[in-house]
Formats: sequence, structure tokens, C-alpha cells
Amino acid sequence: MARRVFAALLSLIFVLTLNFFLFRVVKSDPVGSLFRGRNVSPEAKDRLRTEFGLDKSLPAQFTAYMGQTLRGNLGVSYATRRSVGSEILDKLGPTLVLVGISTLLSAAIGVLMGIKAAWQRNSSFDRGSTAASMLTYAAPDFYIGILLLAIFAFWLRWLPTGGIENPDGGGLFDQAKHLILPCVTLTLGYFGEYAIIMRSSLLEVVNEDYLVTARAKGLRDALVRRRHAVPNAVLPVVTLFAINLGFVLSGSIAVETVFSWPGLGLATSDALRGPDYPMLQGLFLVFSGAIILTNLATDLIYGYLDPRVSTS
Amino acid sequence: MTSATVPGRGSITWTRRRRAAAAVWKQYWSSTQGRAGLIILILFFGVALAAPLISPSSGLDVTQAGGPILHSPTAGYPMGTDEFGRSIWTLFIWGARVSLAVGIAATVVAVGIGTVVGVVAGYAGGRTEGGLMRVTEWFLVIPFLPLAIVLASVLSRSLFTIVLVIGITSWPGIARLLRSQVISVKERTFVERARALGAGNSRIIGRHILPSVMPLIFANLTLTVPIAILSESTLAFLGLGDPLRVSWGQTLQASFDAGATSLGAWWYYIFPGFGIIFVVLAFTMCGRALEAVLNPRLRDR
Repeated sequence: MARRVFAALLSLIFVLTLNFFLFRVVKSDPVGSLFRGRNVSPEAKDRLRTEFGLDKSLPAQFTAYMGQTLRGNLGVSYATRRSVGSEILDKLGPTLVLVGISTLLSAAIGVLMGIKAAWQRNSSFDRGSTAASMLTYAAPDFYIGILLLAIFAFWLRWLPTGGIENPDGGGLFDQAKHLILPCVTLTLGYFGEYAIIMRSSLLEVVNEDYLVTARAKGLRDALVRRRHAVPNAVLPVVTLFAINLGFVLSGSIAVETVFSWPGLGLATSDALRGPDYPMLQGLFLVFSGAIILTNLATDLIYGYLDPRVSTS
Repeated sequence: MTSATVPGRGSITWTRRRRAAAAVWKQYWSSTQGRAGLIILILFFGVALAAPLISPSSGLDVTQAGGPILHSPTAGYPMGTDEFGRSIWTLFIWGARVSLAVGIAATVVAVGIGTVVGVVAGYAGGRTEGGLMRVTEWFLVIPFLPLAIVLASVLSRSLFTIVLVIGITSWPGIARLLRSQVISVKERTFVERARALGAGNSRIIGRHILPSVMPLIFANLTLTVPIAILSESTLAFLGLGDPLRVSWGQTLQASFDAGATSLGAWWYYIFPGFGIIFVVLAFTMCGRALEAVLNPRLRDR
């Protein structure tokens, strides 16, 4: 287990290094691009450079960067002049709510669909659910959002068109209403994967000997399914769920942009317009870090759940 | 699977391979999914390739647009017009070229890198394999979209950047798959036989290992292209695409920025969007049919 934690740390260091060099090496003068053609005196630019620490040598900048990051200082946003850390903390909540709920929903729906599809193989339900899974997989997630927005917010006017709450109103119920469309979008985008994997995993398990035994014992079909087949087939899904948690975080970028959901995703596409490099760096770190952490957690959980897998 | 026993005279092997390919094709064509997918793809590629013949590229020029602004589909404009008066049909077929080309180019990059890394790692073993796989793992944790955003903000916004980004983030998965496949192929008798006959490493890889993993590479290709196309459309939608090139994703971005959803200009986003959906679906169907055909073989150990 220590080996995995160590490997995760190495990945993190790789990400940090990549993060630093991507910005410093390719873009030679961040301050210059900040003003986009407006006339700023060279002294003012120099002052900014010193303030941002850009006048030191590259190795010195790198050491400073590593030291600061490891201490939790992610820099100051070019756009809002607040610390990147506090910006990220502000936007973290809405994203976690959106991503968390939709991941849970898509896993639940997908798994249930997959179970039914596998158990009634080649039935119309099976074919229908596979078709639905392939269809939602084929659509870009932001596009599902656009379609839902067009139908439910603009045409039918049942749901709000964006943001997290009504500027004059607010409150939990209002926020929940705003959550519906982005949440449904992400759920639709991801349930297909769970359905297909659950189905194929269950189909593989169904032919195993212990199920034949269970049925020979005279157990009812539903009992066989619930107590024996599903728990063993659910392993790949658990892995998928844990891995997805990390990836859906960054997957929310496009959907949050469509619905103006004030989370990390929207912050990322906003930071693009500057470009607000400290924000982008901080967000890149958060997204990659989330994946590294969830991958590590997945490895450890999987080793615990499946005794056949050696944890070395 | 026996190999040609006379080094240099590969014709027996190739005849056998040609016959195997013909059998694969026949089985593939018998699947409805495979047939439908292939036909749809041929249609889209045909339209994309024939774009200059169907509609001149001047139709993309904003300054030359002559049609009514944001008009619903009519006889002269089968897919309606955008906010500049350009025909969306023109945007659609020219956008198809870019979307498909980027999808394929990015896939070639990803599969190219992934194959080299995977085959070398699987074949060499030992520390080379360990080192390569660790690098692969590092790249696996890098989320695609944030990396794309970072790269696009520091490099220029061009198709090249997009191809590069998709290639960099997609190759690790392929490398892992190929490595495990190469490891299992490496241990088979015909490789041992070839080595006993004195075949060098490059010969073994080129003549025996690569042809065995070729089906896997091919199936992967068909499944990676749709991912690349989806990625390109997401990048374009966020404004990271080449601003001078029309692609389906870029058209979707334009429609969103122009407020097509609120204005009820459904033709602006329905057509490019469903273009993406159909092409991705078609590739996926082909990939699944291909896998179904090739799988019994892969299981033949």
C-alpha cells in the first residue's frame, strides 16, 4: 500500500512540474499579454513583473513555485486579485454538488438498467437501453445541455435558463430548480457507461459455477440475482464509479459553461478569456490532483473488495 | 498459428492472411450494426470530401454572405442561415471536413505513440518496461480538458494544438492495452520458433508480433476516432479551436454565443450537433461489430 501512495506522490510531483513548465517555458512574458495592446508604461510593467516574481531566473522561479504550492499558496488571480486558493474554495461547493449528485444518479440508473438488461438479455428492454446508452454517449455532454436548455428552459419555460439562483429570489428550493437541468445533463451523459459495463460484467458472472449451484439449490431467480450474481458483478462498476469521480470534476467544465453554473468549470472557461494564468494553473492542479487521489482511493478500495487482487 | 518456415518467403503467410481478412470482412458485413455504421460513415466522408464540389468555400466568408439573417430552412438554404446570413448547409459540409480530419489526425498521433510505447514496453520487459509504464501512468492522470485548456492558452489556437492535445491525452490507454497484448503474444510458440531460427528482435516484432496485434490496433482506432471528434467539438465549443476554421464544434459555439437557443433558431445547433452524433454513433457501431468479429480470435489461446 505504501508503494501506491508513493506512486501517487510521484504523479503529483509530475503534475506540479508540468504545470510550472507549461506556462513558463512556452509563454515568455505573461505580463505583456495581460494588457492586450493597451498602452502601459514599461515601468508599470516592470513593477508588475517584480510583484509577480517574474524577474528572477527560471530555476529560482521553479523553486519558489514548488515551495509556495506545497505550502498552499497558489498565487493571485490576474483577474480578481484575490488569492487563487480562495477563488477555488468559493467555486468548489457548487461543482461538488453538481458532480456528486449527477455521478450518484448516473451510477444508480446505469447499474439498475444494466442489471435488468443483462437478466433479460436480447429483450426489447435490453436493446432499448443499449441504444439509449450509445446515443447519449455519442452526444457531446455540452450538446445534451444545449438541447435540454432549448427544450425545457426556452421553449417550455419550465426551468430557469442558467446560474445557481434567481438574483432577486434565492433560497434552497430556487437553487434546486436551477440544479435540475445541469444535473440531468451530466447524468444523461454518464449513465450509459455504467449500464453497458454492468450488463457485460453481469453476463460474464451469470455463467459461473456458483450461480448454477444457487439455482440447483432451488433459489428463486430474483434471490439468485440479488444475493449472488450482482454483488460479484458490481466490482468493475465500483472501480468505474471511483475513477469517474475524479474525471467528472473536469468533465463538468463544458456543462457548467452552458448553464453558467458558478463552479470550478465555469471558472476555468472564464480564466481562459484572460488568460488568467494563476487561476488556470491552480485549477489544473486541482483537477489533476482530484484524479490522482481518486485513483489511489480506487486502487486501495479495489484491493480490499476483491481478495483475489494482490495489493503489492 | 504457424509462421512461414522459410525466412524471406512470406507468400504463404500473406495468402493465409488475405484469406483471413476476407473471412473477417464477410463476418463483419453480416452484422447489421457494422453495415449501418459503415454506410453512414461512407456517406459523411463522401459529403465531406466532395464539399468543394457541392458548395464553394466562399460561402464560409462572413463578408460574402448574402442570405437572410437567422432564417429557418427554406428551399435555397436547406439548413437555414446563421447570424451573418451564411448557409448552414455550407458550414455543415465544410465543418465536417475539419471535424473528421482532426478526429483522424489526433487518433493517428495517439495510436502511433501508444503503439510504439506499448510494443516496446511489452517486448523489452524489465526496466525499460517499468520505466515506460510509469511514464504512461503519469500521463493517464492528466485530465484531458484542463490540459487542453492550458495548452491552448499558452500555444496558439490552431488545429495543430488540438491534434497535439488529444494525441497526448489519448495515447496512454492504447499503450497499456498493447503492452498486455504484446506480452501474451510474446510467449507464444511461433515467436519462440522464430527466435530459435535466429530471427533478430526487429524481425520478430515486425513480422510476428505486429501482425498479431494489428486487429487490436484496428479496433482501437475505430473507437478512438469518435473520442477525438467529441473532444475536438468540446474544445471548439469552449473557444479553444482554430478561430479561422469552421468545424461542427465551432458552429455549435457560434450558435450558443449568438443565443440560438433563446431565439428559437433550432437549425443552427440541431444540424451540426446531430452530425457529430451520427458520425460518432457510426464509428462506435463499426467498432463494436469489428470487436465482435475479432474477439473469438483473441480468445483463442
